[in-house]
Amino acid sequence: MSLVFAAICSHAPGITGRAHLADPAKKDALHAELYRLGESLREARPDALVVVAAEHFANFFMDNMPAYAMGMADHYEGPIEDPAWLGIARTRIPGNAALSRRLIGEVMQEVDVAFAEEWRFDHGIMVPLHFLTPRFDVAVVPVNINCQGPPLTPLPRAWAFGEALRRAADAVPERIALVGTGGISHWPATPDSGKVNEAWDREFLDRWTRNDRAALLDYSDAQTYRDAGQGGFEIRTLITVAAAARGRGELRHYAPIPIFSVGCTVATMSIQ
Amino acid sequence: MSLYATQKLLYHLNRDPAVQQRYREDLPALLEGYELDAEEREAVLAGDVGKLYVLGVNGQLLMHFAALVGMPWADYIEAMREGVRRHGPVRAGVYAMTTSTDEKVAGV
Repeated sequence: MSLVFAAICSHAPGITGRAHLADPAKKDALHAELYRLGESLREARPDALVVVAAEHFANFFMDNMPAYAMGMADHYEGPIEDPAWLGIARTRIPGNAALSRRLIGEVMQEVDVAFAEEWRFDHGIMVPLHFLTPRFDVAVVPVNINCQGPPLTPLPRAWAFGEALRRAADAVPERIALVGTGGISHWPATPDSGKVNEAWDREFLDRWTRNDRAALLDYSDAQTYRDAGQGGFEIRTLITVAAAARGRGELRHYAPIPIFSVGCTVATMSIQ
Repeated sequence: MSLYATQKLLYHLNRDPAVQQRYREDLPALLEGYELDAEEREAVLAGDVGKLYVLGVNGQLLMHFAALVGMPWADYIEAMREGVRRHGPVRAGVYAMTTSTDEKVAGV
């Protein structure tokens, strides 16, 4: 079939784990938009959901760090973190190893992606799934881009990876949904946690919604680290979705929530 | 400086219940499997989140370690600030502090 849905959203663990510490109105507005994104996802009737995430040392470490990895299992498990800390119960999430294998085979035509037959989801995937598929009843294909342990994959490669994912989605008979999750500017897990560069975020989101390839790729890691923190390295996941969808973005929600450590974002992109 | 080994220990600890059990029951024996220097070993033995932060441990590893040992969010953030007060700026990695030690960015 083809790619039938594309979107991006935040995945900060505070969105669920520290929900009680946030301004209730802001928290409720964000949660409502995330649930609404789930409704839009279901309306697209996907057979599988490809989640492009940036994990935080749940499965991959600097002893053998892939720039790109895709899951290839019939089921996964998460969260790897303490469920009470994250506010999400540990559960089994369905996968589809045969579909993964076909998708990976197509992606490999253009990008040397690693594959993993076991994968334990951390907040980077669990927080989005908690809202998008709350019954965990859609087969997930987890995808990781290393945004934690430098050296990191260059942004043009993240774009090429998105193009390869699109080629793969179009090559299989199943209906494929794609969601990228990552922060824009943020300084998570440090005393700076809560700092957000809203102007930088809005500029990035403007480039993303226009799907301006040249502008999206026009960030150096040094600039991103200076202006958007180490969390800003996760723009790779968002860039990959833009490359795959090829359309225009619609920003549904953007609001910094300091206790969640990020400018909380929900956006969709048309498929072209 | 064996920051890599310190981080690898936390990676194993965060994800593996068997390592968590060894951490609780016989931490010195667990540490024999990792090439830590004296400063790192002391910080891990003491569960000193602030010192580990200053040594350059990646914040994502440290955040999950703090959660594992039951440290509330506000205490975790304050422990890192206290680490910088006592030991100076973060020495390695990409999780340096850019705010001041008396600034509560998110109210905690």
